[in-house]
Amino acid sequence: MSQPFYVSPEQVMKDRADYARKGIARGRALVAVQYSDGIVLVAENTSNTLRKISEIYDRIGFAGVGKYNEFDQLRRFGVRNADVKGYQYSRDDVEARSLANEYAQILGQTFTHEMKPLEVEILVAEVGFTQESDQLFHIMYDGTLVDEQGMSVLGGDAESIADRLSDTWRKEDDLRSAVRGCVAALSGPDRTLGASDTEVAVLARSNGRRCFRRLDDAEVVALLA
Amino acid sequence: MFGPDDDPGSSFVSLLRRVGIEPFGVESASGVGAVNAPHGTTVLALRFEDGVVMAGDRRATMGHRISNREMEKVVPADRFSGVAIAGTAGPAMDMIKVFQLQLEHFEKLDGRPISLEGKANQLSQLVRANLPAAMQGLGVSPIFAGYDLLRRTGRLWDFDLTGGRYEERDFVAIGSGGGPASTVLKVGYRPGMTVDDAVTLACRALHEAADVDAATGGADALRGIYPVVATITSDGWSRRADTDLAPRFEAFLAEQRAILGGGAS
Repeated sequence: MSQPFYVSPEQVMKDRADYARKGIARGRALVAVQYSDGIVLVAENTSNTLRKISEIYDRIGFAGVGKYNEFDQLRRFGVRNADVKGYQYSRDDVEARSLANEYAQILGQTFTHEMKPLEVEILVAEVGFTQESDQLFHIMYDGTLVDEQGMSVLGGDAESIADRLSDTWRKEDDLRSAVRGCVAALSGPDRTLGASDTEVAVLARSNGRRCFRRLDDAEVVALLA
Repeated sequence: MFGPDDDPGSSFVSLLRRVGIEPFGVESASGVGAVNAPHGTTVLALRFEDGVVMAGDRRATMGHRISNREMEKVVPADRFSGVAIAGTAGPAMDMIKVFQLQLEHFEKLDGRPISLEGKANQLSQLVRANLPAAMQGLGVSPIFAGYDLLRRTGRLWDFDLTGGRYEERDFVAIGSGGGPASTVLKVGYRPGMTVDDAVTLACRALHEAADVDAATGGADALRGIYPVVATITSDGWSRRADTDLAPRFEAFLAEQRAILGGGAS
């Protein structure tokens, strides 16, 4: 019987992290920022049907980058978790923080115990009743949970996008300047992105009970014009 | 998270059962006889040129006692449909809650809303699931109405206690005051009515039902409680304000006063 080679735990974790990072870097990035009426989420996405951004609950949105089937599975988990909780308790008891923790647990468990880590990075955003209570939770492939302030960038090339975004972004911006800033940060200096290359949605305080709203191409064109 | 072989799909009721919650508590008819619980009474729906009008009185009764004067028996199911309930208040409210969640849950998971006919079908399954409770006198019979975005028209359905689903062409009224309300609708209904005429007709039907049925509440000008009247069109659900309804009920009274010549009858 042949003995398996000894591989140090450090090496195993490093290999898994490299594997996940490579998978995520292949996909296109996504940004979320606060604006005057809530949170706007903008993804680079040429598909009009396979969404990266979606609604979880009244005030909670979800965004994912990386492998579609993996983050979509997480999205479905989130919707189910939120709807059951809202049914058993009250709609007020569904909050982003506990959902983000559950996601961190799932991603962390998968990262340490499974052969293959999930090649995803996700964002759970909750729009508060005031701008001060807005929340952005960024969860990495290994379960690392970060509570971000004001803006969040997910996916490949995140650092340079974050640099560009932090130059233009102000939390007092209206929707138009927020979307323009996000699209400019995603595209960078060498190319331009149009409405058909992007997916835009808002969690808007003024939207009634269900704050989540997807902006269609015509609206995005008007905002970018 | 669910694996591919035990995934509950887009149904909220299946999901609840999968996680061990039974949304319809009464399991079987054990023959305890009728339970005395609050009942709701006259609700109706009719079509007009741009969609449907739904309306319902506000009274809930327990035997001969008025248990609630402000109950809302007509509620939006989602943006383009509404549900009106006659029957036992408790299970009815629970059913509405599950139904609303079912529609929203599907919309979020699948990324698109259920078709109007699909929604009616879903409600019929919920009514059928409530059958054991109905056998013990806790029956719920709803009206479902909405704007069909595919066919660009208003449509409406009523249901029996076994979940039977019947699409009505123009109007329907159910509950203890459903008889007189239906008659008013039948006499006053015209195809392609304007929204204003349809709202007045709905108010008239409730007014006449309240006049003869003790379990139906009329407009209560003293407390400022008016029936729930809502329209559903391609712009979605919109509830009529009390200030819009009050003059209509005032006009019915003025008309009756004139007929009676100020005398009592």
